[in-house]
Amino acid sequence: MSYDARFRVWRGDADGGELVDYTVEVNDGEVVLDIIHRLQATQSGDLAVRWNCKAGKCGSCSAEINGMPRLLCMTRMSTFTEAETITVTPLRAFPVIRDLVTDVSFNYAKARQIPAFAPPDLAPGEYRMQQVDVERSQEFRKCIECFLCQDTCHVVRDHEDNKEAFAGPRFLIRAAELDMHPLDARDDRADFAREEQGIGMCNITKCCTEVCPEHIKITDNAIIPMKERVAGRRYDPLVWLGTKIGLRRG
Amino acid sequence: MTAELEQFDYDVLIVGAGGAGLRAAIAAREAGLRTAIICKSLFGKAHTVMAEGGIAASMGNVNSKDSWQVHFRDTMRGGKFLNSWRMAELHAKEAPERVWELETYGALFDRTPDGRISQRNFGGHEYPRLAHVGDRTGLELIRTMQQKIVSLQQDDERESGDPESRLKVFAEVTITDLLQDPSGAVAGAFGYWRESGRFVRFDAPAVVLATGGIGKSFKVTSNSWEYTGDGHALALRAGSNLVNMEFVQFHPTGMVWPPSVKGILVTESVRGDGGVLKNSEGKRFMFDYVPDVFRGQYAQTEEEGDRWYTDPDTNKRPPELLPRDEVARAINSEVKAGRGSPHGGVFLDIASRRAPEEILKKLPSMHHQFKELADVDITKEPMEVGPTCHYVMGGVEVDPDTAAAARVPGLFAAGEVSGGMHGSNRLGGNSLSDLLVFGARAGTGAAAYVQGLGGRRPQVDQAVIDAAAAAALAPFEEEGGENPYTLHQEMQQTMNDLVGIIRTAEEIERALERLEDLKARAEHLTVEGHRQFNPGWHLALDLRNMLAVSECVARAALLRQESRGGHTRDDFPAMDPRWRGRNLICSADGDGIAVREQPMPAMREDLLALFETDELAKYLTPEELAAVPTAATHTDGSGS
Ligand SMILES: Cc1cc2nc3c(=O)[nH]c(=O)nc-3n(C[C@H](O)[C@H](O)[C@H](O)COP(=O)(O)OP(=O)(O)OC[C@H]3O[C@@H](n4cnc5c(N)ncnc54)[C@H](O)[C@@H]3O)c2cc1C
Ligand code: SF4
Ligand code: SF4
Ligand code: FES
Repeated sequence: MSYDARFRVWRGDADGGELVDYTVEVNDGEVVLDIIHRLQATQSGDLAVRWNCKAGKCGSCSAEINGMPRLLCMTRMSTFTEAETITVTPLRAFPVIRDLVTDVSFNYAKARQIPAFAPPDLAPGEYRMQQVDVERSQEFRKCIECFLCQDTCHVVRDHEDNKEAFAGPRFLIRAAELDMHPLDARDDRADFAREEQGIGMCNITKCCTEVCPEHIKITDNAIIPMKERVAGRRYDPLVWLGTKIGLRRG
Repeated sequence: MTAELEQFDYDVLIVGAGGAGLRAAIAAREAGLRTAIICKSLFGKAHTVMAEGGIAASMGNVNSKDSWQVHFRDTMRGGKFLNSWRMAELHAKEAPERVWELETYGALFDRTPDGRISQRNFGGHEYPRLAHVGDRTGLELIRTMQQKIVSLQQDDERESGDPESRLKVFAEVTITDLLQDPSGAVAGAFGYWRESGRFVRFDAPAVVLATGGIGKSFKVTSNSWEYTGDGHALALRAGSNLVNMEFVQFHPTGMVWPPSVKGILVTESVRGDGGVLKNSEGKRFMFDYVPDVFRGQYAQTEEEGDRWYTDPDTNKRPPELLPRDEVARAINSEVKAGRGSPHGGVFLDIASRRAPEEILKKLPSMHHQFKELADVDITKEPMEVGPTCHYVMGGVEVDPDTAAAARVPGLFAAGEVSGGMHGSNRLGGNSLSDLLVFGARAGTGAAAYVQGLGGRRPQVDQAVIDAAAAAALAPFEEEGGENPYTLHQEMQQTMNDLVGIIRTAEEIERALERLEDLKARAEHLTVEGHRQFNPGWHLALDLRNMLAVSECVARAALLRQESRGGHTRDDFPAMDPRWRGRNLICSADGDGIAVREQPMPAMREDLLALFETDELAKYLTPEELAAVPTAATHTDGSGS
């Protein structure tokens, strides 16, 4: 079972570009990335796209399909009708390098700003943690760094100036992950999220949660609890006193 | 051309940002050296990210009977005694420390009820041994080390103001040539930025190859585009050796449908957690395929196999958990005998054996993968699976203790690109531990080498640089040449059909003829477009590596006239002890590949003593066996 599909793919670079029309064969069971690869192999050998695992595990193949941030390798062609024209464009929140490849270095810069895991005073091999306690952080460690959430978040997407002050959902879950790590020795993760990561700019639209291919509940399980912790810590003088004199760990 | 050549100076270059490369970088930087990490993909996307099942380390958290000796023994058995025993020894001894160390970097493994790192069962491992995080262990490993590297950069920033003063990642750069001084010592590496196509030159007295495997030479594979055997080919061209290249692991369970995902891995944990293999008649056929060397170590009835999951001390494990080569061959035979599934595989069934909640908890990404890609709900229906090219046991011949590559001063190799550790067949979970153990050793080894040079720096001649640049640009010069994609497909088909899971001399010879033809045609490739992020050009450059590596596989496979581990010869179906003590060594020979035999060093007595004489008799020749001091072997099998 195969048919010819109509595709419009954005071709160009930092200086500009345009949507180019293609007609290309589609076979049973294929995903959008297969079609992009077929274009490369048969019609335009220089069509630029990132990919690695082809199984939704590496987060390389992020792009926008009909305007929706998606993984190319996890979008099955069967979700479209044969008559539909499928438009594939690069992530809008990041500068284009070429075709579907964007410059995502913003994310690596943000990653470097978060203070690293602070190991407890325990010898290697002596760490003890309960499964229920690690599970909260494990949810966030499922992140494949596809940056689809960063792409869809209007704070990042629509306002270039915000990029300086706002870390974006991906790195708010990183802060939450460390905050909830049973053995992380720092207790200022929530403060950091407020002061350095701009958690206050998030207005809980939940768009990030909706696009996350790992189904991480970014807003409900990370951002909202972190916001509450920020509020709690700032306004509850007892909690504040506790953290200062070491009565309570982060 | 020179105007656009960027140049950088480092003490140690790490080519590859998978588990091995990152661990090596951490070690080199911690030894105080200025270190660069170079990788073809974005940082954090290397192949290691795809590993699912776990990291093998005999921590004994789930069964306290485990020890490095038992792990060593399992590894040697899995590799059919062709392993570098010294590597297997170091690996078994050091894996637990390397795993615990990851916790100090922030890793969060799944836990046992008493709060330790949980460990799961896997094929060929006597006890539950694989530290894991659900079925996304590789992601945890990569992310943890990525974050450790960021943390070291933060330290450097505090100290010097520049986070990249001692450790820098060059992402989306492909190395095309190693640079050497006239004596052959490593002087650096040459490559291009994938993004711009511009050339870049790194000067450094030590290079650690951590480039992973070669799967993209085969049509059906679990490997990504990165696996074009670059490190293998770089080492060959630099004058080093490859060992064990005839041994390629076909993982028994890859997806077989739909066609576009054919080859994508279905983790062995499905079987470790209770999944069983069935043919079209509904029979658990693995019971018919337990080979002599493993008889006595596996259950003979379904009842016993099933009891083992809850009571492993008094029952034997089910044969679905035999080493991968055995299971892959069994599936191949069932399909050939006409008892396969509709799409040419067999059935892997966990739905009828475990509760849906348990499947979702333990195998979330498998559930996701089948749901999204094949429209199959693995909590309700069986999966269809078949063999897929997964891992190459062969690789750069290295010194076990320092990871120094043979014959090229300053060159090191670790991870899948290195050879020896796994012998003829790797056990599941033994790669991630290999990356950590030998990654760390390679980083330390490279640092020691550089420190030993006392400030002396091998220098490369300008002519070498010019030649590297000219070679890389050749595909743009040619007009009317061939399409690299077409050539690549032909090569993959050839390797799959003629040097695949079952081999014969006649077929391998045909493959070699076709490879010769492809090599000649690859001299005349044409790519369209320009140098900026141009996948056609990248493939054209990768092709020469894949062709060199494929030739190594084929030549070594032709020479080894026996079947062992990841090398099965239909015309020599038995394992032959006379071949046990011999490695096949590939090296560059003009435009081609030369292969020769090399005797292996005899195993140390205390290690031999870990095996019973009966078992040694299955692998060693009568002469070798006679030379084993009788005092060395004993019968309780628990080791010292
Ligand atoms: C689907 C899957 C599941 C697996 N599951 C397990 C498991 O559960 N347990 C286990 O132990 N093993 C598993 N393995 C095997 C294991 O993941 C790999 O063997 C291992 O990750 C290889 O790691 P590495 O560090 O050697 O290389 P990789 O992680 O592959 O990294 C190679 C690096 O080298 C870079 N590189 C390559 N060529 C060049 C070049 N020319 N220039 C610059 N950079 C270059 C790449 O960009 C990449 O960064 C699995 C493998 C697959 C495919
Ligand atoms: S919930 Fe917050 S972080 Fe997520 S998309 Fe909306 S504004 Fe952005
Ligand atoms: S949180 Fe989800 S959407 Fe965001 S980068 Fe991670 S995996 Fe992607
Ligand atoms: S290619 Fe890895 S997520 Fe799509």
